[in-house]
Amino acid sequence: MPKMKIDGVEIEVPAGITVLQACELAGVEIPRFCYHERLSIAGNCRMCLVEQEKAPKPIASCAMPVMDNMVIHTNTPLVQKARKGVMEFLLINHPLDCPICDQGGECDLQDQAMGYGFDRSRYHENKRAVPDKELGPLVKTSMNRCIHCTRCIRFATEVAGVEELGATGRGESMEVTTYVEHALSTELAGNLVDLCPVGALTSKPYAFEARSWELSKTESIDVMDALGASIRIDTRGAQVMRVLPRLNEDVNEEWISDKTRHAIDGLRHQRLDRPYVRSGGKLVAATWDEAFGAIARRLKGLDGSKIAAIAGDQCDAESMVALKDLMASLGSVNIDCRQDGAKLEAAVRGGYIFNPGIRGIDSADAILLVGSNPRWESTVLNARLRKRYLAGAGAIASIGPAVDLTYPVERLGAGPTTLRDLAEGKLSFFGKLKAAKHPLIIVGMGALAREDGAAVLALARDLAVAVNAVRDDWNGFAVLHTAAARVGGLDLGLVPGAGGRDTAGILEGCSSREIELVYLLAADEIDMKRLGKAFVIYQGHHGDAGAHRADVILPGAAYTEKPGTYVNTEGRVQLGQRAGFPPGDAREDWAILRALSEQLGNALPYDTLDQVRARLVAVNRSFAALDQQAPGAWANFGKAGLVAEAPFVSPVANFYMTCPISRASKTMADCTASRAQLMAAE
Amino acid sequence: MLSDKDRIFTNLYGAHDWHLAGARTRGAWDNTKALLDKGHDGIIDEMKKSGLRGRGGAGFPTGLKWSFMPKEVKDRPHYLVVNADESEPGTCKDRDIMRHDPHLFIEGCLVAGFAMRAHAGYIYVRGEFYNEAQHLIIAIREAYDAGFLGKNACGSGWDFDLYVHRGAGAYICGEETALLESLEGKKGMPRLKPPFPAGSGLYGCPSTVNNVESIAVAPTILRRGAAWFAGIGRPNNTGTKLFCISGHVNKPCNVEEEMGIPLRELIDRHAGGVRGGWDNLLAVIPGGASVPLLPKSICNTVLMDFDSLRDQKSGLGTAAVIVMDKSTDVVKAIARLSYFYKHESCGQCTPCREGTGWMWRVMERMVTGNARIEEIDALEDVTKQVEGHTICALGDAAAWPIQGLIRHFRPEMERRIRARTEKLAAE
Repeated sequence: MPKMKIDGVEIEVPAGITVLQACELAGVEIPRFCYHERLSIAGNCRMCLVEQEKAPKPIASCAMPVMDNMVIHTNTPLVQKARKGVMEFLLINHPLDCPICDQGGECDLQDQAMGYGFDRSRYHENKRAVPDKELGPLVKTSMNRCIHCTRCIRFATEVAGVEELGATGRGESMEVTTYVEHALSTELAGNLVDLCPVGALTSKPYAFEARSWELSKTESIDVMDALGASIRIDTRGAQVMRVLPRLNEDVNEEWISDKTRHAIDGLRHQRLDRPYVRSGGKLVAATWDEAFGAIARRLKGLDGSKIAAIAGDQCDAESMVALKDLMASLGSVNIDCRQDGAKLEAAVRGGYIFNPGIRGIDSADAILLVGSNPRWESTVLNARLRKRYLAGAGAIASIGPAVDLTYPVERLGAGPTTLRDLAEGKLSFFGKLKAAKHPLIIVGMGALAREDGAAVLALARDLAVAVNAVRDDWNGFAVLHTAAARVGGLDLGLVPGAGGRDTAGILEGCSSREIELVYLLAADEIDMKRLGKAFVIYQGHHGDAGAHRADVILPGAAYTEKPGTYVNTEGRVQLGQRAGFPPGDAREDWAILRALSEQLGNALPYDTLDQVRARLVAVNRSFAALDQQAPGAWANFGKAGLVAEAPFVSPVANFYMTCPISRASKTMADCTASRAQLMAAE
Repeated sequence: MLSDKDRIFTNLYGAHDWHLAGARTRGAWDNTKALLDKGHDGIIDEMKKSGLRGRGGAGFPTGLKWSFMPKEVKDRPHYLVVNADESEPGTCKDRDIMRHDPHLFIEGCLVAGFAMRAHAGYIYVRGEFYNEAQHLIIAIREAYDAGFLGKNACGSGWDFDLYVHRGAGAYICGEETALLESLEGKKGMPRLKPPFPAGSGLYGCPSTVNNVESIAVAPTILRRGAAWFAGIGRPNNTGTKLFCISGHVNKPCNVEEEMGIPLRELIDRHAGGVRGGWDNLLAVIPGGASVPLLPKSICNTVLMDFDSLRDQKSGLGTAAVIVMDKSTDVVKAIARLSYFYKHESCGQCTPCREGTGWMWRVMERMVTGNARIEEIDALEDVTKQVEGHTICALGDAAAWPIQGLIRHFRPEMERRIRARTEKLAAE
């Protein structure tokens, strides 16, 4: 470990880090614009200059590796002069439009100008004018403000994996651009806005909506996919103004997908804000009592075997456990949380979670994707896979849809027969998996949500065992879910009890009238036509497919409006927080179920959120450990059998619209249209 | 003065045949195997002893630079890269080497490549040098046909291939790391150092970038011995050097001379003297556009070598002597150079990108006196804010001519400002 002296303080630092990082370890803050921990080093803003003894010139601390016996000064007149000089240069061509700039209040340039700027300008020439660029529906540009730090270029090239941004021109004519103007074809575009240290790239949907200091900030968890990214929800009054990523090295690092960030305008549209009861074929607004009364009347005398429930993709664990308990009290075992029909079993946790954890990707040295398009099913996880590829992952192969994942993938085949051949060791990739120290087998819902899903699951399991991917020190069997609620549902056992019906069985039962009442807990992704004549109770927050079919609508809360527990694809239990209240008469979901159970004369045994959470832990101990990840218990799962020829198809057909919230979002509609245009142009 | 027997570039003016046959009559490719038999380290030692300092402008000892290459070739190949992107205003020495004596240069590539254990060399030729590149390509083909390059070059047992790559006309691509970027097919923008090219250069492999002249003199040094070369010139500023004399002289020319020759002697003897006589001299830029100019008072006595010029706060640079007589609008001349640097800044780092444009605009106003006296100090302050704060030396190069102007011709700048102010007041 090199020893160095920073501002007179001796410090021992890890070898291989930069002087800037060493200064931070020593508690000395170094101003910077171009440097970013997760991007390559550009060293071009020159704001981080420090003085190194015996060096002829000040050095760029972000790019200089530490060396033994280095002596660094960060507070000398030379350093001050250098920083003030750079700041002056950055400001001479930067417009003085902070009052109308969306970055105002959270702008690096503004902040650092307080420390290193002058109160007047020595620059009496004309300022540079740069044409704005069109980067699509999410990123608004104001290129006069650009300070050419190239963070955006590096992010797009390195993290997002789309080499679409670059710089043309030389000297002061340099412009950041997409060369030929087009929308960025990445699902991570929103992060460009976070990275831009000035107001050159700002959020288009959020333009002129709010000022950062007006917003209340709530730390929460995303439910747009099964990754469970850490987010911060910024609200003004009841309205969610924006969603930003939070740093979480284990999950999303500091990125979030465009859907996570920008689907929130869907929270303002199509909302269910009061109960409805169908009367004369039409949904009529009702009171809670009327709605509960209608349900109670229909339930009266109904045998448990004729009642069923399906939990949706974005449900919190609290509401799911309440649903499960309610169904039990009604004597029904027809309950399922797998509305896509994935053939996962709730009995063996190792068989339905992403066992190695998302961090496990970083050490994987041979990766197989089975029936998954992670770029659309879990964008940020895909970026992590790309990061692993860039770091030299070794072999990455895929069985499933041929898609551009932003890194090269060897495509072994399209369907389960290829998987069978691989599991039997007939393909050469088997050897690569077997030779790998940390083989990783990612199984997507495209492989499991199909008729032969159980057999595919068994094949994947066999393969994992055959290549020694499941050991005491490593479990490389990873299920990549698409629904934020799924692992929580499986943890709580929201699967059919003995003799009960799964989702397909319930739909069949509805058609054949063996099921007479279905409780949809925010479940919108099933074929509503197949519900037949059944009495449908829809509890949810959006007027989506379920609400249209419903006989009684119970208005619930969206994920930003309730404290909720979510378990992400790797089995990590995380708490979401309430950022605002649900609209109108809508209520928190577990409380609705609790109130309904009382009306039905058999009140659920919990009155407070804490009591529900205690119930969660009682059902499954794993809910007691928050924010932790470990491989699940391993045993037999899946069911060996014949597999079909049909290729695996990713369940996500349009990344931007996968849930009631994103379907109600205008921004997501714009993104969908923009992407379609881009594809057509290609 | 350099005697004819000590000249290295015996066909500098193109009076003789530049092809292989002609070059051999002048001594090129004469038993090159014997030079290579000195061994990798033998050659490097000899070069160190000769005291040769890089001829591209910075004056870094060439032998020392070669010695930075790893002593063993490991998993990554070594590369020789020759910087023939001669774009420094006023400089045209490499051009004449390539068009009139390419074989001297190509032999140097083999020797240098062998010394640094490289099996491949790349010559990055300035895009505008079309004919020069053609000569080079033809000469390389001749050398291949004669067995001097390629497998078992010159019978030495060493394989060496040489490639010519033409640039696209950016001055910045003459900066060694920008040149590497450009050679790799990327935008020519200088890299951060460290890592230095000897550790991670072309394609991330150990590489050394040398100027054409530094490479071209190497075989002669090895043939005639380090002591011969070191015996010419002054201590630490040894050998012969090509000077490019242009501007207000009677006979602009390229000439090979001894290092440390007095500037006045150089101009009077080889360039036919200053137009209108020595007393008509206003100033001289002694080393290409990047170095500060020197007023006549200094030119009277200054010696033309790295250290003497550095002591006068200027530099030898590429030894491109630009002579300006008293008819010159010196402020306008420097403003033109400022425009050049503004135009050629790559735009990567802040001080240079923003500073070069600022300096040029102020300089344009200085030409007409459309400024305030205090702005001269502000301008000098801006040059100091650019100098030493950039990734590469282009920032320094843009700052120095202005600093030189302010240092030596401030009264002229103030005169213009006052004249304009008075004129405006009178109107």
